[in-house]
Amino acid sequence: MTKAIKLRFNRKQLCIPYAAFLVLFVICPLLVIIYYAFTDGTGQITFENFINFFSNTNTLGTLLNSIAISAVTTLVCLVIAYPVAYILARSKFKKKYVLLMLFVLPMWINFTLRITALKEILTAIETNIAMYPFLNTVIGMSYDFLPFMILPLYTSLSKLDKSLTEAAEDLGAGGFTVFMRVILPLSVPGIISGVTMVLLPSMTNYVVLDMLYNSTYIMGSLIGSYFAAYDWNNGSMISLVLLVIIFVITLVTNRFSDSGETGGRTNIL
Amino acid sequence: MSDTSTIIELKNVCKTFDDTIAVENFNLAVQKGEFVTFLGPSGCGKTTTLRMIAGFDLPTSGQILLNGQDISKLPPNKRPVNTVFQRYALFPHLNVYENIAFGLRLKKKEIETADRKGNRVTKSVHLSRREIDEKVKHVLDIVDLEGFEKRSVATLSGGQQQRVAIARAIVNEPEILLLDEPLGALDLKMRKEMQIELKEMHKRLGITFIYVTHDQEEALTMSDKIVVINDGEIQQVGTPTDIYNEPVNTFVADFIGESNIFNGMMTGKLKVKFCGTEFVCLDDYEINQYVDVVVRPEDIIICKPGEGQLKGKVISTVFKGVHYEITVEVGRFEIVIQSTGYAAPGALIGMRIEPDGIHIMEKVYTENKYDGVITKNNTVKFGDGEFECDVTTLYPGSHLDEEGYLITAAGEKLDLTGTEVTVEIGFTDITMSDEKDAGGVEGNIISMIYKGDHYRYIVRTEENEEDYVLACPDLWNTGDKVSLIIPADKIKLTLKPAAGEKK
Repeated sequence: MTKAIKLRFNRKQLCIPYAAFLVLFVICPLLVIIYYAFTDGTGQITFENFINFFSNTNTLGTLLNSIAISAVTTLVCLVIAYPVAYILARSKFKKKYVLLMLFVLPMWINFTLRITALKEILTAIETNIAMYPFLNTVIGMSYDFLPFMILPLYTSLSKLDKSLTEAAEDLGAGGFTVFMRVILPLSVPGIISGVTMVLLPSMTNYVVLDMLYNSTYIMGSLIGSYFAAYDWNNGSMISLVLLVIIFVITLVTNRFSDSGETGGRTNIL
Repeated sequence: MSDTSTIIELKNVCKTFDDTIAVENFNLAVQKGEFVTFLGPSGCGKTTTLRMIAGFDLPTSGQILLNGQDISKLPPNKRPVNTVFQRYALFPHLNVYENIAFGLRLKKKEIETADRKGNRVTKSVHLSRREIDEKVKHVLDIVDLEGFEKRSVATLSGGQQQRVAIARAIVNEPEILLLDEPLGALDLKMRKEMQIELKEMHKRLGITFIYVTHDQEEALTMSDKIVVINDGEIQQVGTPTDIYNEPVNTFVADFIGESNIFNGMMTGKLKVKFCGTEFVCLDDYEINQYVDVVVRPEDIIICKPGEGQLKGKVISTVFKGVHYEITVEVGRFEIVIQSTGYAAPGALIGMRIEPDGIHIMEKVYTENKYDGVITKNNTVKFGDGEFECDVTTLYPGSHLDEEGYLITAAGEKLDLTGTEVTVEIGFTDITMSDEKDAGGVEGNIISMIYKGDHYRYIVRTEENEEDYVLACPDLWNTGDKVSLIIPADKIKLTLKPAAGEKK
């Protein structure tokens, strides 16, 4: 009897480290951010940071710029990754895992190294890389995040039952129709995972920009510069706004994927 | 050949996948409105044949004619043929209605209209929403799924998914409906119901059905015509009654229904001897010819001991519902009887077989015969293996010297290396072992047939697919990997006539 009780107690104890971790590293920082976002330098509660954010053309411009960069990056990744994933998933080539690994291999190399290498290549091509900040940012980010787009697409395309495409052909669909009406809709979960994995980090990853000597500002750089100037309050507010934007995007994509298809991907929410 | 009522014809169709032959020399004509079943064990090539008709696989050689036109190279979407897939292959992102309407939305129909100048012209247009709606409603009614339009296919049971798959195919009004083991995933009761429904549907729609199954009972119940396939080749084509009552070989007899198969010999005109007894039969074969004899268990009539042609002791009696399955020992033979009458185990009974219950067929395999080559170690290489043999049998009166040369009776010294020979081995001279390397060659058992007192096995090697036929009283399983042992003195060698005359 006592042993059973002890066991049950033990089992509950097992989750304590995780709970402690969550509280310490997720909940507390979040609360700290919220606290800082709605206070001023003296600790007074205020909405000034919020108003600041939306009245300052500089911050708003950065926000739009980030959105533009991440949207273009995601699109570029998708356009490059879909054919690659499709060919890899559909090919009868026996060594296709080697090919897939080659595409994913850059992920194993430290990314500062990769970006430095990319910088050298860009410099060799353009002579003055500071001339095309937007283009360079998109190139850098696409290069960096491409594997994150290929992998989920590959997973969802290779899971696609071959008899479904055969059934569509059997019912009179030509190659293009089969793709548009069967393959594309069934790979939507993969597209959504890929988009989520590229869109969100590319809004904030300003290290890529910094390393490319870039003058472009994105949300990440803005937060960084505020924090560097010890302006915790405004920095926190921007972080909070970003958090809400990401939350909304995730919510929308999840809703979208639920109506389209059941199962097939790990839900972020 | 091209009858007006022939809808599809396969001419010498062959299909190979990387060296393995899946379908060989397939010739078949299907009449309009027929229910044809491809029946055979798994891996026999029946699904491949169906996929070639649908257009998913292209034949390596040969022609497929639809209404006299060669469609062998047409892609699936250009063929007026629809398929019901083994695992249904319903589109998971579409609901029942959209699944069924999939083909209709792609379909175009020719309509005649007058152009601006008043000339009649034909235009192809998509079907209107109302037409699609009507057709979908109509097939949902046929498959008994009214009111399921908006349901997601994932929420349907196996039987319901099956119906949607059928509806999705027949809504396009194909000339031929192909069904690839469509009932395989259903439970027994559901399967029986669907069999009857499919048969009904076939009658009502008047479409030609080509049905693939490995279930002989299903084939017998549903078909107008059964095509028995084994090893990529057609064994027999006929009505269910023909196939059951007049199997052309032991494979068909063994595969369709239960049967007692014996080795027999013709002893006189319309007389055959098997199980140590002479019987009167209806099939005329040459006297002294060795034959296979097939007797269906229900054609053996139990009578009093002393009456009938055979006498034996009952070993076991199993109640099977409608009948008893009685196993009887007659000498060294074992006979299975299906009878509504009861016979107690241990009892002595007599058995009578009427002449029309005895089916005689020519033996497919009469001997193991191979082309072989003598190696320099005086062994013989044939059928993917290498065996010890006695080369002195090639030249009467000869012997071997210490160096391995053959000295003929005339004292001539011969080097036999590379000599081409014909090798013959009797069925009973080969023994199987599950120890690798125990014998000269390894292979898998691809077929087994019980012949009353022994099993007849066919062992096929992996490398060149050479077959060895052997008789063995012990029970092995199909698919077992075995090593074949052939004693040197049982390998009969004969010299090939002249090198120039060899095949």
